[in-house]
Amino acid sequence: MSMPFYVSPEQLMKDRADYARKGIARGRSVVVLQYDEGIVFATENPSRALHKISEIYDRIAFAAVGKYNEFENLRVAGVRYADLRGYSYDRQDVNARGLANAYAQTLGTVFTTESKPLEVELVVAEVGPTQEGDQIYRLSYDGSVADEHGYVAMGGQADRLVTQLADAWRAGLALAEAVRIAVRVLGTQPEGEPRQLPASQLEVAVLERSRSRRAFRRLTGPALDAMLAATPSQPVVPSLSAGPAEPAGSDLPPEPGPPTQ
Amino acid sequence: MGPDHSSAGRLPAAFTTPGSSSFVEFLAGHAPSLLPGNRPLPAGEVPLAPHATTIVALVFDGGVVMAGDRRATMGSMIASREIEKVFPADDFSAVGIAGTAGLAVELVRLFQLELEHYEKIEGALLSLDGKANRLATMIRGNLGLAMQGLAVVPLFAGYDLDRGLGRIFSYDVTGGRYEEHEHHSVGSGSVFARGSLKKLWRPGLDAVAAVRVAVEALVDAADDDSATGGPDSSRQIWPVVATVTSTGYRRVGQDELGAVVEAVAEQRRAEHAQGRSGGESR
Repeated sequence: MSMPFYVSPEQLMKDRADYARKGIARGRSVVVLQYDEGIVFATENPSRALHKISEIYDRIAFAAVGKYNEFENLRVAGVRYADLRGYSYDRQDVNARGLANAYAQTLGTVFTTESKPLEVELVVAEVGPTQEGDQIYRLSYDGSVADEHGYVAMGGQADRLVTQLADAWRAGLALAEAVRIAVRVLGTQPEGEPRQLPASQLEVAVLERSRSRRAFRRLTGPALDAMLAATPSQPVVPSLSAGPAEPAGSDLPPEPGPPTQ
Repeated sequence: MGPDHSSAGRLPAAFTTPGSSSFVEFLAGHAPSLLPGNRPLPAGEVPLAPHATTIVALVFDGGVVMAGDRRATMGSMIASREIEKVFPADDFSAVGIAGTAGLAVELVRLFQLELEHYEKIEGALLSLDGKANRLATMIRGNLGLAMQGLAVVPLFAGYDLDRGLGRIFSYDVTGGRYEEHEHHSVGSGSVFARGSLKKLWRPGLDAVAAVRVAVEALVDAADDDSATGGPDSSRQIWPVVATVTSTGYRRVGQDELGAVVEAVAEQRRAEHAQGRSGGESR
């Protein structure tokens, strides 16, 4: 019987981490920012159906970079986790911390025990009653969790984007400003002129503090165009009244589209 | 994926199994004891439990109205005078319940979650027929309890976004699903409410008129059925009335409803007085 080559645990973990990082770096970045009335998520994503940003529960949303099939699987698990918890206790007993822990355990276990780590990075965010009550957790492929404040960037260019966000972000941004910062940062390149990202290439969503139950809302079409068009010198557009009228509690665009999966 | 609980702390395999967008199916696999139909019923008589009573629904131009009285009875006793029996199932549909209140409220909770769960996982709303069929499946799961006398009979109504109109679905205890046209009513007072709806409903009603018809039907049911509660003007407890239109589910406000109830009562008082004086002069 042949003995396998000895590989030191350090080397094994390093190889896995490198592998996961490479997979994640291939994807486009996601940025998450707090603004005065909630949390905004933005990424470059030309697909209208394969989302990288999604609703998990009333006040909780999820954003991911990396391999679609892997984070989609985690997203569905998160929805099931939250719905089960809300059904067995109460809706107010579902929180981002519990979900982040469940994800961290899952990512960590896969990283150490399975032959291939999950090539994903996640953000789990919950909008609280006040800006201080907002929670943003960033989870890595190895199960490590970071409790973030203000802004997060994930994906291959994360370090560069975080530096840019650190310059641009301040507490108490209005929504339109926050969206413009996010889109401008996403458009920057390591070298050369920053790109102008049109609304059709973007996936933007918000967790709105003021909404009564389900806080998640996608920003699409004219509402997003209006926000991107406004110049920073202009007084900020009265944040959401520009958007199309929506039924209370609805989190989907009202058009009855085909199933998106 | 390993079997459940093999790796401490990790989400069990049921959570990451792809394929199903149904919360009920997920529960059946992962935690079947949480499903109402899956609990074994002990032998013996079922003790008296609160029963919810009359629900009416009718379509109007551009939507549908659903209304329920506020009484729950336990035998000959009134168990509650302010129970609510009409709920939003999601943004574009409403569900009203008659039958064993405890089971019915649990069923509604599960149904609401089922629709929301699908919407979140698929990123799209179920069709109105899909929602109606889902509810039928869930009632079918309750058949064992129904045979012990713990029946739940809902009424489901919603706005069909594809066809642009309001639709009503009724059910029987075995999970049979029937589409109703114009109007329908379930519960102990339904016989009287249905008679009232037949006379008052007409094509081309608008939302305001439809709300009034719904309230009148409930008043008529309360008149003749002891298990249906009429509007309680001393406590200001009005029926729960909701409209579902292309803009979504809306519960009619307390003040608005108070005015409708008062108008109905006023009209009936006047007609009654007229009838009496007419009788005297003959």
